[in-house]
Amino acid sequence: MDAREQLRVLGRIGDYPPFVGKIREVQKFPLKAKGIDILQINLGKLCNLSCRHCHVEAGPKRPEVMTKPVMAKCLEILQSVPISTIDITGGAPEMNPHLEWFLAEAAGLQRRLIVRSNLTLLLEEHYRHFLDAFVQNKVEIVTSLPDYVETKSDRQRGTGVFHKVIAAMRELNSRGYGMPGSGLCIDIVHNPVGAYLPGDQAALEHEYHARLLADHGVHFNQLFCLTNLPVGRYLDYLIASDNLEDYLSVLYQSFNPAAVDNVMCLTTLSVGWNGSLYDCDFNQMLDLTVNHGAPNNIMDFDMEKLKNREIVINNHCYGCVAGCGSSCQGATTGA
Amino acid sequence: MSYYEPKDLADFPNIGEWATDQGNKFFEYYGAATGAGKLTEREKSLIALTVAMTQNCPYCIDAYTTKCLALGVSSEEMMEAAHVGAAMMAGVTLAHTTQMRKIIKKKEM
Repeated sequence: MDAREQLRVLGRIGDYPPFVGKIREVQKFPLKAKGIDILQINLGKLCNLSCRHCHVEAGPKRPEVMTKPVMAKCLEILQSVPISTIDITGGAPEMNPHLEWFLAEAAGLQRRLIVRSNLTLLLEEHYRHFLDAFVQNKVEIVTSLPDYVETKSDRQRGTGVFHKVIAAMRELNSRGYGMPGSGLCIDIVHNPVGAYLPGDQAALEHEYHARLLADHGVHFNQLFCLTNLPVGRYLDYLIASDNLEDYLSVLYQSFNPAAVDNVMCLTTLSVGWNGSLYDCDFNQMLDLTVNHGAPNNIMDFDMEKLKNREIVINNHCYGCVAGCGSSCQGATTGA
Repeated sequence: MSYYEPKDLADFPNIGEWATDQGNKFFEYYGAATGAGKLTEREKSLIALTVAMTQNCPYCIDAYTTKCLALGVSSEEMMEAAHVGAAMMAGVTLAHTTQMRKIIKKKEM
């Protein structure tokens, strides 16, 4: 389903008000950025996996990969403005041929440097060098592990993926990742394997720590709970499993006004593989570039206009403000 | 139309209608009883799910199956809990045969 068709499907939410109406109702419209603390750079849609929930619809046949000039422009901007976090995502970032160069340059900027890796490539000969590159550049790794039960996790990500992730985590643990005092962090993203919202983040983190250590002997730092937004392959899944109406209803009924104040787009700017700018990675996949007068390509970056921009919202945004709230850094409220 | 509509689960917060004071007290108690304490929220959700199944409450089964999923409870764990409920129901039934057997023994020649 292309982006326009996805937006058309999301436009039919039955008796519930569109997200923009709900935001008006709680007197938080328009949503405006509070600054740019995180530059999230999507290096492309190329990935060795084709996960069933992937909002990027990434996979081995996707041709979209960020070029070196666009990456260089990101670095040039980061040198000139005080954005504290560089958050690299994909696809599989390791499959971008310029990642290692980019990491070395970005590390020199002394910012928090995150790579969202599925880990499964790291034990392959062609990609093993990233194990050293991550350590050398003090990269904070964020990896997806939807469940601590192998069969359940593999239902979402593919047979054998869980086993590879655990093997890579053991290797990373041996290099200090996830170990006390090492300064090397590896965090896990949990997202539900099905049509329901994630549970309490602290409770799940406790369970993940216990199960992964007892069953597999691996360590990690934090767990981030991420609500599946009805975008990309997850939207396809909701439709095919006849869960779309119920899921949208749950998102709407779980609307949490407190989460609106902490939604990640208020402090994040998302860069697409071709340099287009978005308020978040989900908007990126729906082709909803930044708007309302702010430049929509990294080549025209303007900090003043972008840090005060009005956020582009649509009905998928209900996902980030449901329950405890959801972001790339996990739950956004303790509610 | 059926007596039990899945969408009626969303009406649960309104059960205090026409008896607000009692309703509020119930929700305060309900929250305290089902929230994490000496037992985790996960353990309490499994207990609640089991009770819901033994009491045939479709709303509670829906709500607590979803909550168990959200808290990372596996299908196998939920099914084990269901068997605890089933065994208890069977045991409760059979334990009550004591009354039946006592009456039979008293009344039969």
